[in-house]
Amino acid sequence: MNEGLVQIATDLRDTWTRPEPPAAQEETGFFTDTTLCIGCKACEVACKQWNQLPADGFNWTGNSYDNTVTLSDTTWRHVAFVEQHDAATDSMRWLMMSDVCKHCQHAPCVEVCPTGALIYNEFGNVYVQQDVCNGCANCVVGCPFGVIARNKADGRAHKCTLCYDRQKDGMVPACAKSCPTESIKFGKVSELREQARQRVEQLHARGETDAYLYGNETWGEYSALNSFFLLKDKPIVYNLPEAPRRPAAHLKRNYLFSFMASVALTAVSALLFSGGERG
Amino acid sequence: MPGLGASFGRGAATSFQEDMQNADCVLIMGSNMAEAHPVGFRFPMMARERGAQLIHVDPHFSRTSAMCQQYVRIRTGSDIAFLGGLIHYILENDRWFHEYVMAYTNAATIITEQYRDAEDLGGIFAGFNPETRSYDGSREAWQYEGHEGSGGRTQAGHAEKAESFSERTGSLDSATPPTDHSLKNPRCVLNILRRHYARYTPQMVARICGCSKEEFVRVAETVCANSGRERTTCLVYAVGWTQHSVGVQIIRAATIVQLLLGNMGRPGGGIMAMRGHASIQGSTDVPTLYELLPGYIMQPSALRDHGGLADYLKQEEVKTGFMANLPKFLVSLLKAWYGEAATRENDFGYNWIPRIDGNYSHLACTVRMLEGKMRGMFLFGQNPAAGAPNGRANREALKKLKWLVVRDWFEIDTAAFWHKGPENPDPAAIGTEVFFIPAAASAEKDGTFTNTQRLLQWHDKAVDPPEDCRSDTWFVYELGKRLKKLYAHSTRERDQGLLNLTWDYEFDHAERLPDGSISRIHGETDVAKILMEINGYTVADRQQVADFNGLKDDGSTACGCWIYSGVYPEKGRNRARSRKRTPGVYTSPEWGFAWPLNRRMMYNRASADPKGRPWSERKKYLSWDEEEQRWTGPDVPDFEPKKPPSYRPNPDSRGMEAIAGDAPFLMKPDGRGWLFAPMGVKDGPLPTHYEPLESPLGNLLYPDQRNNPTIERYELPVNEYNPPNDEFPVIATNYRLTEHYLSGPMSRFNSWLNELQPGMFIEISPELASEKGIEHGGWMVAWNRRGAIEARAMVTRRIMPLKVHGRTVHQIGMPFHWGFAGETVGAIANDLTSISADPNVSMHEAKAFTVNVRAGRLKGHAEIEPLPPAPWPTREESPETAKSDQPEGQAI
Amino acid sequence: MSSNSVDGRLSRDPERAPENQPFSPNSVNKMARIKGATEVASVCPYCAVGCSQLIYVKGGKIVDIEGNPESPINAGTLCPKGANTFQLNVNPHRIKHVMYRAPYSSRWERRSLDWAMDRIAQLTMEAREEGFVEKRDDKVLNHVTNMFSLGGATMDIEENYLIKKLFNGGLGMVPIENQARI
Repeated sequence: MNEGLVQIATDLRDTWTRPEPPAAQEETGFFTDTTLCIGCKACEVACKQWNQLPADGFNWTGNSYDNTVTLSDTTWRHVAFVEQHDAATDSMRWLMMSDVCKHCQHAPCVEVCPTGALIYNEFGNVYVQQDVCNGCANCVVGCPFGVIARNKADGRAHKCTLCYDRQKDGMVPACAKSCPTESIKFGKVSELREQARQRVEQLHARGETDAYLYGNETWGEYSALNSFFLLKDKPIVYNLPEAPRRPAAHLKRNYLFSFMASVALTAVSALLFSGGERG
Repeated sequence: MPGLGASFGRGAATSFQEDMQNADCVLIMGSNMAEAHPVGFRFPMMARERGAQLIHVDPHFSRTSAMCQQYVRIRTGSDIAFLGGLIHYILENDRWFHEYVMAYTNAATIITEQYRDAEDLGGIFAGFNPETRSYDGSREAWQYEGHEGSGGRTQAGHAEKAESFSERTGSLDSATPPTDHSLKNPRCVLNILRRHYARYTPQMVARICGCSKEEFVRVAETVCANSGRERTTCLVYAVGWTQHSVGVQIIRAATIVQLLLGNMGRPGGGIMAMRGHASIQGSTDVPTLYELLPGYIMQPSALRDHGGLADYLKQEEVKTGFMANLPKFLVSLLKAWYGEAATRENDFGYNWIPRIDGNYSHLACTVRMLEGKMRGMFLFGQNPAAGAPNGRANREALKKLKWLVVRDWFEIDTAAFWHKGPENPDPAAIGTEVFFIPAAASAEKDGTFTNTQRLLQWHDKAVDPPEDCRSDTWFVYELGKRLKKLYAHSTRERDQGLLNLTWDYEFDHAERLPDGSISRIHGETDVAKILMEINGYTVADRQQVADFNGLKDDGSTACGCWIYSGVYPEKGRNRARSRKRTPGVYTSPEWGFAWPLNRRMMYNRASADPKGRPWSERKKYLSWDEEEQRWTGPDVPDFEPKKPPSYRPNPDSRGMEAIAGDAPFLMKPDGRGWLFAPMGVKDGPLPTHYEPLESPLGNLLYPDQRNNPTIERYELPVNEYNPPNDEFPVIATNYRLTEHYLSGPMSRFNSWLNELQPGMFIEISPELASEKGIEHGGWMVAWNRRGAIEARAMVTRRIMPLKVHGRTVHQIGMPFHWGFAGETVGAIANDLTSISADPNVSMHEAKAFTVNVRAGRLKGHAEIEPLPPAPWPTREESPETAKSDQPEGQAI
Repeated sequence: MSSNSVDGRLSRDPERAPENQPFSPNSVNKMARIKGATEVASVCPYCAVGCSQLIYVKGGKIVDIEGNPESPINAGTLCPKGANTFQLNVNPHRIKHVMYRAPYSSRWERRSLDWAMDRIAQLTMEAREEGFVEKRDDKVLNHVTNMFSLGGATMDIEENYLIKKLFNGGLGMVPIENQARI
């Protein structure tokens, strides 16, 4: 009884007051090194366990060992499997990669969110605030990686939180903690970037010259990713965009285009209408 | 595993997983380690990152293969040819570690004149009796010279297995059999080895296994280059080696490789047996097995002269080496079981222990069930209706029972056999009375698991089990109490064992849970009391014994399982529950308790040279401290701690006095690693290539001896074997996926795992698929004489045809995780496998069998509805947790 | 680098700085739910690698199970099955009461645990009475072979010990087996 009243009072207060934002912390992120991934999917289950997410359904795809197919509103880590056969040497290569929200430094999803549900939290991670999200789904189309999805049941947008709740208590995100082979590394972004550069150097020295970093730094029109990857083949092979597009980067050109188009249309219609008067 | 036991003395993994990071090369065969043991695979991955070579030799390109620098595809069931090839390569190219081999193995020991090799007799060894299909004559024909008849005991056909210590270590009249260290005598073990493997050339390996000669040589060269004084290679196997009609011999072949290369008892070396269940090592050590008493003591047998205790001890006596202590261990066990009623006068209750008189192994019992010889069955966390070879035979067998008790968490396949299944059973025709007694989960009870590296780890009870769920100790304890009551007034001798059985495990005080609350379970056992009994105690004052060295054969001590003694050395000190890290010591001696005596690496005396110095700085582990006059290192020495390297026994020394200071394999009667096994294995002193029981091919090495001559066959209408002809030309194998567990009881009721691998499939090469018109993702049928299954076809280059014996042979592979219970259902791979038994451990051959395949679906097959997926999240909020801290998914 | 330390304070692009983000009350208050939970050390019940786990209990309920970072074997990590241990325990499919199926019946019936234990003890005694053999051909057997106990590899050693002790040492049963041979 009292609890209900307290809740109403709290809700009212929260509506009218804005809480003090937390102080900035060192930025954190993931460095996912696919050369160490054994494709066990512990990250997928650890994520579901910690966040108590439902399964996406039981659909055997035949797409190698990948049956969860994609990141979704209820799958926030997804392991991709790529079977490659080299006919010349008759040898197999099986690439595995644990995909996740990229936690872009300049995230289109945050830019397009009209409600303030999407924020950069104190760790510099992109976070969807469930108590703010109104389910408009602008972010879903804004994300060039197809990370965010809207849940049919609650209507809101969901994605990897980078275990915001765990980080608040100094804990490692569930996926990185579970990863048996340290393919998923969690830490301060500045340190991860250095670690990643060294790893690439080490692999190159070993003769694995196809190793490179994806999203380690700004490229094209896109910002660096706080959750970045070491890959062994072209991004497209892992279903990652070669050159992700940031809608905001096209705004000026798009505005100009719209403006020109409206001018042209106005001119045309003016012409037509004037012609009509004449007629 | 007798394969390890016959060579080294103990049948368990010789090292610990963490030590694999020190390997310079890891050869994985018969194991899909990355998929079946992903967390253990951390250590090979660490080794790889430090520069080690990882090699996977397997019929199927798996996630393990993908992580290795070398992958070699071989035909399933051809492992001995490959390993024999390695032995040949090592000997032929003089790559063996001379000093190690000459000092620590029986390479120089001379074998009896009566011995005839498989090479001389067309594929069988001397001593074979075709009538019993067993090596009845091995006690003479395989022995060390001058020891004919002394060591090997009566071979009792198929009734007894080779798993007890007295059987596998064997016994010798003297620890110093005749040797010729010049190796001139042609009957020296090393020379016999050379001759036996002379034909296992790289060409032969390629022809039998289906790999290329170059691939084989590259593996052999890598393994040799990474072995020796400065470097070590570790070998990893799992059920990909054991589930064969020659499983024990495959492992024996691996032990020969590791002994020749000097990799045993050394950091980064050894043989890691990767076990599949949380405590399968534990359930062998403390055996729920018919032919063993706890601690690998042989179950008394009516087929041997085991009439009284004295007869038993005389029969099983091991004169030299550690197992001379057997009487202490057996008498202490009897004292633990029968307490005060066990007296010298009544042989300490020895007669209350039942005798075996035949083969009562798992599958032999399934056959007995089929024959209607079993009234009742208790099932503890096992699922034979889907998980045992020849699923249909197992389901038929269940129908013949009068009653069945299932202890599990979910309505597993076996609990549902009477109303569900591929045969669409009619309940009205099945008379089995079925009890489902819900079990507690591991988080809901105290207890100990023994992991794959012999490490005992206690798990604390976190919460009470819900409602009527109970631990298995509760169930057995409660059943025991009720049976004791039922028999309370009996004066019959046969009931006195039960009435005298010590049976008092209740809590002294109310059981308190970790959060401080009081348990609501009545009659729960104080599991620590059971572990204390397993450890052993002195009878008079009930003090815990420090370890098995404190046990006596006069009835003054009691001990439930001698090899575990030391786990609970004093009241209040449960070493299985010790969870301390020791800074800077990678053996982590205070994390759990590793049997025996907390040794992490067995046979570690071999990490030092005969004089007690490390073989190299890089690979040092144990060494003899001359000043302190003792062995020192990061581990408990697997040796008498103060026995100097220079110690030499007399020819008539007994027990441990007979073991020299440079003989690291102290369980063996001569203290040596056995390249040649004069006893301890029932199908030959040296591993020999035989074709699997079912194979479309002949034996290239021994055309007249296709299979292991000692396999036990069970020819039954439900268990026909496929003929070796074109009717079933496709070789099949099966394996685990990371995402599921066994036949599914612990994974098919779990949506988080089901979504990752939601259905049964068969992996098939593009070549075979196109030959048979099978499409990727479409349905296909695999069948043989025992059954037919349908599954989705996974057409992949991870499975490829092989060139074997000069012709193309197709293989298929399939996971074995499905059945008819749970949220996902699917075909049972075991409906294609057969019941058979290798002679040493009664192992069947699920890893190599034959089938035929076609496109399409089965007709007239029962469509089984899966359970609807459990709602998730469970909608129960985390208790005592603020709204802001609830799991993110709770809002969905 | 988008954030760096200036005089020990972290500065960040204004666009991304926390002070310019509309934090909600939930976001500000958020904590890990295992804070304040009772931590219990356990071992993974799946394969034999032997990963140590930590079970978190709150209000008498398990709220989380994850790897134990102290373990020399798993160092906090788990595989997908180990990570699933929570769902294995807290699972709506679990059967929590005794189910009984009478001979030839087409359904399960719910029974009390006490009734079932008595009935099983009775059936065990009957089978033993029927099947006990003291001697054959003058050889002592003192055994029972018409009851079969199967399983143990997924269970604790103490459970295995009691099975072997009661069934073998007490009742004289020989057919006692587990998964070791399959």
